[in-house]
Amino acid sequence: MSKERADDKTVLRRHHDMGGLPAGPVDPYGAGAEHDYAPWEKRVDAILRLLADSKRRLITTDELRRGIEELGPGAYDEMSYYERWIASVTNNLIEKGVITVDELGRRMAEVAAAWPAGAETLEGSHSGERKR
Amino acid sequence: MSARFAVGETVKVRAAFPPGHLRTPFFIRGKTGRVTAVLGPYRNPEELAYGRSGEPALPLYRVLFATAELWDDFRGAPQDSTVVDVYENWLERA
Repeated sequence: MSKERADDKTVLRRHHDMGGLPAGPVDPYGAGAEHDYAPWEKRVDAILRLLADSKRRLITTDELRRGIEELGPGAYDEMSYYERWIASVTNNLIEKGVITVDELGRRMAEVAAAWPAGAETLEGSHSGERKR
Repeated sequence: MSARFAVGETVKVRAAFPPGHLRTPFFIRGKTGRVTAVLGPYRNPEELAYGRSGEPALPLYRVLFATAELWDDFRGAPQDSTVVDVYENWLERA
């Protein structure tokens, strides 16, 4: 396959598979390059590790990645790292029947009603930390 | 599990473009490289990604490519190389 044909096959390249494509300069010191993780991000990390541990084996790294890839180009570009993680974890757990769409929707409505100011207030109140 | 390729062998990455989860990046498909290490058997991520066992495990190889052959517009040093870990099902004898 020639390089030209490879370029023509962009329709066959999945969005996340972007190695070598133009993406502008990398600023290792720019905004978002290094940050303290918000409490909710640490919680997402913990949720994944507990779901994947040898006792539960409810999700693999490969399933997590597959779920992230299936979020689609818009979500992939606009969501943050841990937003992509929790979206993929959620979809995997629905697929496996661990949670149902119905119970998730009801629980989300409960949380939204109890914490109208939003997720940051919820996280800050639970952990005693505030997002910086 | 016996590895089909040995260190030093030239291999060609299959120019395949299936949908689904796979770990062979787009930019090496159809390209030729050289095996620099046989990393051992690993369960197949293309199967693990869909809740299946990933067995039988596949040999995973470390393959070195000349970077200038991967991208037309590469302006780095001509001797620069790119190393990618590739599962055996994606490799053919070159």
